[in-house]
Amino acid sequence: MTSQPGTAQLNPQGPFKAGANVALFVTCLVDLFRPSVGFAAVKLLEEAGCRVSVPDAQTCCGQPAYNSGDRKTAVDIAKQTIAAFEAFDFVVAPSGSCGGMIKHHYPQLLAEDAVWGPRAEGLAARTYELTQFLAEQCGKTDFGARLSGNCTYHDSCSSLREMKVKAAPRDLLKQVAGLTLTEMEETDACCGFGGTFCIKFPDVSNSMAARKVATIDATGADLLLAGDLGCLMNLAGKMKRDGSRVQVRHVAEVLAGMTDEPAIGEERNS
Amino acid sequence: MSFVPTSNAFKENAAGALKDVPLQEALGIARHHSIQTRLNTVAKMPEFESLRDIGRDLKNHIIANLDHYLLQFEQSVIDRGGKVHWCPDGESARAKVLEICRTVNAKTVTKGKTMIGEEIGINDFLFANGIEPVETDLGEYIIQLRGETPSHIIGPALHVTKAQVEETFRAAHTDLDPKRNLDDAATLMAEAREKLRAGFLKADVGITGANFLIADEGATTIVTNEGNGDLTQTLPRIHIVLASIEKVVPSLKDAMTLLRILARSATGQEQSVYTTFSSGPRRPSDLDGPEEFHVVLIDNGRSAYLGSDLEEMLRCIRCGACLDHCPVYHSVGGHAYGWVYSGPIGSLLTPMLVGVENAKPLPNASTLCGRCESVCPVRIPIPKLLRNWREREFSRAITPQTERSGLWFWAFMAKRPLLYRLVTRIGARALFNLAGQHGRLSSAPLASGWTKHRDLPATQGRTFQEQWKAKKGARS
Repeated sequence: MTSQPGTAQLNPQGPFKAGANVALFVTCLVDLFRPSVGFAAVKLLEEAGCRVSVPDAQTCCGQPAYNSGDRKTAVDIAKQTIAAFEAFDFVVAPSGSCGGMIKHHYPQLLAEDAVWGPRAEGLAARTYELTQFLAEQCGKTDFGARLSGNCTYHDSCSSLREMKVKAAPRDLLKQVAGLTLTEMEETDACCGFGGTFCIKFPDVSNSMAARKVATIDATGADLLLAGDLGCLMNLAGKMKRDGSRVQVRHVAEVLAGMTDEPAIGEERNS
Repeated sequence: MSFVPTSNAFKENAAGALKDVPLQEALGIARHHSIQTRLNTVAKMPEFESLRDIGRDLKNHIIANLDHYLLQFEQSVIDRGGKVHWCPDGESARAKVLEICRTVNAKTVTKGKTMIGEEIGINDFLFANGIEPVETDLGEYIIQLRGETPSHIIGPALHVTKAQVEETFRAAHTDLDPKRNLDDAATLMAEAREKLRAGFLKADVGITGANFLIADEGATTIVTNEGNGDLTQTLPRIHIVLASIEKVVPSLKDAMTLLRILARSATGQEQSVYTTFSSGPRRPSDLDGPEEFHVVLIDNGRSAYLGSDLEEMLRCIRCGACLDHCPVYHSVGGHAYGWVYSGPIGSLLTPMLVGVENAKPLPNASTLCGRCESVCPVRIPIPKLLRNWREREFSRAITPQTERSGLWFWAFMAKRPLLYRLVTRIGARALFNLAGQHGRLSSAPLASGWTKHRDLPATQGRTFQEQWKAKKGARS
């Protein structure tokens, strides 16, 4: 399906309407490590009435540079991303972190730029995290998924505090037949991922992950879900190293009923 | 003479802290307690969030008019018979304190808790000059006996367990009956109080910090929970207030506004047990009070950041909420940060006060999770400011070369989508094949930082973009 992005500019900030042109910001982690999350996101968006495109020119949102103090590279990548996405009605990312970068940090990065500043603002106003977009913009929470089990949900820091996503994933999960959600303690605490932080400070990151895993274990859940693959890879990596049997998945996989792929870090059967 | 920062050894300090069993126990207790008590108190105050806005705006106004309010404060202090000493740095502040102490030939000074005192290393300096500083805050007293520095802005002995306090007291208080029960906090407190009373009476000079300097009243304010500050500043002949320049507020009303958010953020109390105002020396009709009242006003590098991209850190009212909510602090405690201030705000202030080259890891030792900003009573955007420090490090080539090279290589690809897709295609296959059936890797090339404590989940073989292209081709 090829969309016609040109039509988007007729009503670039209007409310969601069926048939809206939605560009998926796949995120570099989903692209490389877990494409099934991307396909789950596409399925959900299409079922919610969106025409989904995946712009070719996307790579990464630029956070590795931005958070390492390399502002110039971050600005270059921001411009590249804005150019690739601004013709669409909406930008949706299966990640609060990358979504937060586009929505909050691009406008800050380009605030002084008379040309790019307004373009960054324009894109930011139309950028959403996936579950937030489905629940709040599309107004659809029931995708007919079924999965028996007991899950717990990890709020990524960017989703929670930058994108203000809290209710949306829970509202969506409530509609999954057979699934119960048990909240962990300190849902607002970081898992220790932090992008390059977890590589620069592996011991501290590990201690943070260990605390998070303890709160996950205390729920008795057999499935850990979140909306950010960074946190999920960190926690799955830690839990699998320590021999945990809890399965770890991106929330989109469960909502789309696409749980055939082995969970994150899990052995392949075939 | 302030103590030499070991902030550049943050990683090594942190590794030690993570293995320190009593420290980890103390941190666990503090974490549960502080988060919950703040939450409970804030829940009872519907206007708390709007007070944070007011606090932010007030501090911004003060910072923008700092010269005006400081001059007004000085005049008000003089009008009340006190003196203000302007000190550009720690050295001049220490010299001024010593000079004042010498005028009365002081042998002993009592001290209320003062972080600026720690910042300028006043204790060691006085001691080296033959004057004994006696800490009167319980936490400060404990760490003074242990030869340690504060590990938390408002809970200096947060890292010490109750059992360790008992051990410390038994070692230091040689007249202590070995059979005396020191099992609980109350008896420990009583034991400390007994020892400290003697100190109050023999001190020639009392030194306190200040939570606020009130410009129109010429008064200074401190908050304590033990009342030690009152005794420190009323009993000796001379009261010296150490304060940094950004502590000034226009009026008593403004101090009250900030006090409402300070205690709630700091200890989860609606108000500290003692809030004490000092204004000038004793007047003829006063029953008590010092004969002399001195305010040592310290800049120590702060004014250089006025108008800069880091100015907002000067809003800090030293409540410690950012430490209490920081997952990095919860893991390593305060001493790992290697200097006076720790936690998120320490990672902002330390580079300012000791030079960023002496605190390189601190702005980086954060996941930028933003929990600190979400509780800061004056809404300091700590993650943003940490990033601003990182930008300074990057532009001054302080960022390690390996990291810079890695970033350059990554950026080269990220700015070239075609090349990026090619390289990620190769990477996706390589990681998939390396992991095989196992689905994850326990070690991988160039990923030792990741795989030290974690497995690396494998890829699914082909990138999303590659699969999407193939699908799209089939569908259209």
